[in-house]
Amino acid sequence: MVAAAAHKIRVVVAKPGLDGHDRGAKIIARALRDAGMEVIYTGLHQTPEEIVETAIQEDADAIGVSILSGAHMTLVPKISELLAEQGVDDVLLTVGGTIPTRDIEALKEMGVTGVFTPGAPTGEIVEFIRTRVNRREL
Amino acid sequence: MEPNSTPASPPAAESENRESGGGELRFETMSGVPIRAAYGPEDVTGDAEAKIGEPGRYPFTRGPYESMYRGRNWTMRQFAGFGTVEETNERFHYLLDHGQTGLSTAFDMPTLMGYDSDHPRSLGEVGREGVAVDTLDDMERLFQGIPLGEVSTSMTINAPAAILLAFYVLVGERQGVSPERLSGTIQTDILKEYIAQKEWCFPVEPAMRLVTDMIEYSTREMPRWHPVSISGYHIREAGATAAQELAFTLKDGFTYVERAIERGLDVDSFAPRLSFFFNAHIDFFEEIAKYRAARRIWARELRETYGAERPESMRLRFHTQTAGVSLTAQQPLNNIVRTALEALAGVLGGTQSLHTNSFDEALALPTEEAVRVALRTQQIISHETGVTNTPDPLGGSYFVEALTDELEAEAYRYFDRIDELGGMVEAIRKNYPQREIAESAFEFQRKLDSGEFTIVGVNRYQSEEEEVPLLHIDPALETKQVERLAATRAVRDSAAVESSLAELKRAAGTDQNLMYPILDAAREQVTVGEMVATLQEVFGTYTETPVF
Repeated sequence: MVAAAAHKIRVVVAKPGLDGHDRGAKIIARALRDAGMEVIYTGLHQTPEEIVETAIQEDADAIGVSILSGAHMTLVPKISELLAEQGVDDVLLTVGGTIPTRDIEALKEMGVTGVFTPGAPTGEIVEFIRTRVNRREL
Repeated sequence: MEPNSTPASPPAAESENRESGGGELRFETMSGVPIRAAYGPEDVTGDAEAKIGEPGRYPFTRGPYESMYRGRNWTMRQFAGFGTVEETNERFHYLLDHGQTGLSTAFDMPTLMGYDSDHPRSLGEVGREGVAVDTLDDMERLFQGIPLGEVSTSMTINAPAAILLAFYVLVGERQGVSPERLSGTIQTDILKEYIAQKEWCFPVEPAMRLVTDMIEYSTREMPRWHPVSISGYHIREAGATAAQELAFTLKDGFTYVERAIERGLDVDSFAPRLSFFFNAHIDFFEEIAKYRAARRIWARELRETYGAERPESMRLRFHTQTAGVSLTAQQPLNNIVRTALEALAGVLGGTQSLHTNSFDEALALPTEEAVRVALRTQQIISHETGVTNTPDPLGGSYFVEALTDELEAEAYRYFDRIDELGGMVEAIRKNYPQREIAESAFEFQRKLDSGEFTIVGVNRYQSEEEEVPLLHIDPALETKQVERLAATRAVRDSAAVESSLAELKRAAGTDQNLMYPILDAAREQVTVGEMVATLQEVFGTYTETPVF
């Protein structure tokens, strides 16, 4: 057991838009929870406003957004803008799902720290969030 | 995932055997059914002759028809829908020109959820994962130049299915084709939406009433139409095992049968028009066994439990789609091979209709080239391999029969658990199938991460990625669709719109069949979103408590 982290990492796992494909989101939610994080899963069909609101209320360290519908270039910038508007600059924003390569760079420019496409091992995602959150806290 | 990232469990020394992650070599199906070293006559227990039977005869284990593909090929039905109705119409014509034999329509997320294209929740979703249809005029443009009396159409729509069916009937009417001549399938399987696919508009009970209304309507008016396609596909995609797909799908089917019987319909009047939709995943023999078990269970239950007398009522017929979830974003061309093997399992399992996925679908909706290769895959299986020459060529294989029995037994274990919970509707309310599926999905991911299950190109044999050209959906189409909707709203007879919606609302509060007021409203160009919102005023909405 590692005794270093006094603070339990809190992650909001969110499904924005109308897409009902929640297999990946639920697997990630469970993997993060099993890795000792506090996971708040929003459930389906959330608006960007609802997701940002949840992240603020829950004092989240990270938001993991899962989108398979192709709406990521509309919904993710909206989440990013709302976070900025609310003055939230200490929450990691990560995106997972069916994201074409050409959109990955654009998402990163919008302040998304990690983009995970199908096939990403859960361990890699857990480590990504853990190291980024911990690094930020130093 | 970044290309060439470290595999979860790199095999140090390659041997020709497949290694399991933890050292011990294990032989099992994808769902974890152990596989013995060899199978023999002792593995086919019970009255083998009676339970295996003959093709086209009860219990239909070996196929719904005596001659199978010798008599009639399966329908090659590629799922298509994206962008505007015009773009999708163009893809329909393209597929028909290339030898496809039936149409299959994918609607976009807002349509599936019963929102119009101009609803705030539709922003960014219009035309993305399917085609946007808001009104009868949209539906007419979608099928422009396609004779509905000759082509059979499948429509993947569930919560607002009654509305889209009404649109289709009215497009037929405009083409001079009466409802009794329309052939095709509308999915309408709302139970699997709560279990897996998660596109709903109403709570479970009123949604079930709409399904029953549609079964009743098409039994009366549309003898060539399949009003429900009971779908395991999405249940499997959400993470279910083959046995769970089999069990939950059949149980959903029994639930629709029970509702229609309670409505007063004679089982033999509607059961022949119920059809199924299964997944074809990568575990070849387990999939074939799944289809064979499905036919046997359906036949037995329809006869023994629901009192069907006509063989047509007991005969399970199904559409198959290769497993979307088995496609990899890495090395996309490998998906052509996966899809071919999955399609072959569907054919050897006796499917009536098939959709083969395109190799680029883990990345985006398919390009024309990718969808053509997918269609050609079916044509190669059909015309070159010779597997269609005799029905159920694997019937009587000790292994296949043993696996069929195994899956059948597992399905009955699930039926018992669901019955203990008070039936499928109650089981869904208690999150039982949802939890079982989430559990299986997680277990599969664990096997993948640990290397116990191999996916070529993902956790083994990774290589440098090559870009494949992808279909790009123009974001401007959303604006175009919203403008078109506004134009339709501007020219319709608003008094007729109001009164048809008032009538729909009134009827929703009674036990009248809702198909008729929906047809009347559709004729007045009332939109999908307006009808759904009106029904929600009476029925309410649905919110799930997620489990993971």
